[in-house]
Amino acid sequence: MSTPHDHHESVTAPEGKGTHGLLAEFVDSDALIHAAQTLTDKGYRKVEAYSSIPIEGLDEALNYRWSWVPPVVFCGGVTGATLGFTMQYVISAILYPLNIGGRPTNSWPLFIPVTFECTIFCAAWSGIIGMILMNGLPRLHHPLFSVPQFDRCSTDGYFIEVEAKDPLFDLNATRKLLEELHAKEVIHVPASA
Amino acid sequence: MSGTTLHSSQTIASKDPAATGVFEADTKQVSGVILQKGFKPGWIAGFAIGFIILQLLLVSIAWLIAKGTGIWGLNVPVAWGFAIVNFVWWIGIGHAGTLISAILLLFRQEWRTSIARFSEAMTLFAVACAAIFPALHVGRPWFAYWLLPYPNTMAVWPQFRSPLLWDVFAVSTYASVSLGFWYVGLIPDFATMRDRAKNRPAQILYGIFSLGWIGSARHWRRYTDVYLLLAGLATPLVLSVHTIVSFDFAVSQVPGWHATIFPPYFVAGAIFSGFAMVLTLVIPVRACYGMKNFFTDWHLDCMAKVMLASGLVVAYGYVLEHFAAWYSEHPAEVFMLLNRMFGPYWWSYWSLMLCNIAIPQLLWIPWCRGNVYMLFFISIVINIGMWLERYVIVITSLHRDYLPGSWGMYYPTFWDWSMYIGTMGLFTVLLFIFLRILPMIAIFEMRELAHHKAKHEESH
Repeated sequence: MSTPHDHHESVTAPEGKGTHGLLAEFVDSDALIHAAQTLTDKGYRKVEAYSSIPIEGLDEALNYRWSWVPPVVFCGGVTGATLGFTMQYVISAILYPLNIGGRPTNSWPLFIPVTFECTIFCAAWSGIIGMILMNGLPRLHHPLFSVPQFDRCSTDGYFIEVEAKDPLFDLNATRKLLEELHAKEVIHVPASA
Repeated sequence: MSGTTLHSSQTIASKDPAATGVFEADTKQVSGVILQKGFKPGWIAGFAIGFIILQLLLVSIAWLIAKGTGIWGLNVPVAWGFAIVNFVWWIGIGHAGTLISAILLLFRQEWRTSIARFSEAMTLFAVACAAIFPALHVGRPWFAYWLLPYPNTMAVWPQFRSPLLWDVFAVSTYASVSLGFWYVGLIPDFATMRDRAKNRPAQILYGIFSLGWIGSARHWRRYTDVYLLLAGLATPLVLSVHTIVSFDFAVSQVPGWHATIFPPYFVAGAIFSGFAMVLTLVIPVRACYGMKNFFTDWHLDCMAKVMLASGLVVAYGYVLEHFAAWYSEHPAEVFMLLNRMFGPYWWSYWSLMLCNIAIPQLLWIPWCRGNVYMLFFISIVINIGMWLERYVIVITSLHRDYLPGSWGMYYPTFWDWSMYIGTMGLFTVLLFIFLRILPMIAIFEMRELAHHKAKHEESH
């Protein structure tokens, strides 16, 4: 393993390219959470952590506490139930009423199975589509993809990026802070062309 | 972890599976199956056999469309023959996949992790095979879309009081939600494949399917939220699907079908047959791909126990069917029962009892659960038994009901058999394609499990 001071040269911004941010790699998930917590405590806001697995506590360390996914799924379910039942009611009682043995046209107990299926369908798909869209996906490119070391993020890497648009961002000060947080390596992320 | 510790000592002390190389090893083993060049002879042979059998399905479908359902052995009184038997059999098999991926996730059963992806794939392929039968059974499959409620110039609408229409909604919801759940589970693995693939087309294709997944903490949070919610939604869904399939029978007045035990008994039967199919597939796959460290003997043992338990629920269903028929004192019900046992289809009834009740009791013996040959044999027997169960329910109930004047016999034709066997070809082909292009084990979930275990050990 290398010490952080081996990597000074990789941090200096290459000529003619903008900076998207500074990417720091950490050795394990505890160091990652610790670094994320310290950065947010110090007032950094445009900080994002990357890993190959979901890590418990990392979202809180980044001040991300409220996820919109559950409300979206709930609204999807309510919409599905309403649409499903209304569809059956309108079709069976208004558009095409059939008198079968004198049973009421709005025979609601028999509409429950389809209402239920519509509820699940809409809740599940609003959750799936909602999760993808709220994550800003699908996205063909991301500046981090141009960092060769970042390929390991989907296997075993633990990374934090402090973005250059953060008001506290300073190429040298932020780099120093990341190194103090025991980053294995600090890498300059060029802005996309 | 204190800030004053020396950096180098931290590196050495870390027990994180990423630092100790566990992540890399697991990821490499699973993704290596897909990222290697060329095809193994065993894969080609298996795919070729499946592909040949698939042609039988295509010929059968073409001939059916050309000639009509008359090429099957269907007639009054048995108008529901192999088509419904096979439909229920396949859809039941699919249920184990959802059970493993969703219900066992909610129960925090860690052993599900390594088999979840594989059995979810099995679910999708089984549902695809199942859907073929009712679509063709309608007689004029090119009008199958009439099942859907849509405004049309004929001004007719579907009948929402019919369980057959509920089935359309249940099965299509099940297929689509299972596909979505499966795809969501695949997204992080697609990203892993994208980053590890060596050739450009693979990088591009996996990259597109990964949707640009980057593994950020905020993404993971939304991801785990939706994954858990999907599991929660898929759980009642899978129960509803086979309940509704059982309503196809139970809501009718036919002796042997009109029983309140049907929904739970059908759901248990679905789990029973589904786990049997997972075992039938996992045992050869883990041997061929050297995955015994992921699909361990312990996993097989767990599945065997679930199979035994659900088999006992099925046995209870049989007992209650008999009890209800006897207790009702309804002549048609009592006759149906005696006819099942001693009528012209006695062989199907007694083989069913042998396959589904007698032989699975071997699973009480730990040696049988630990021996792969024995488990494989029992799983095949249960697959056959569960097919026979639907055969007994559909055929023996219909062929002699209330009026002796309308009794008749049902004889499956060549085309009945060819279509049934043909769907196995479709299933095999899809399975082999899956094994070649997608990670058969959810890699990120295996990493998560390793991480979780390491954290757990650290805290002790």
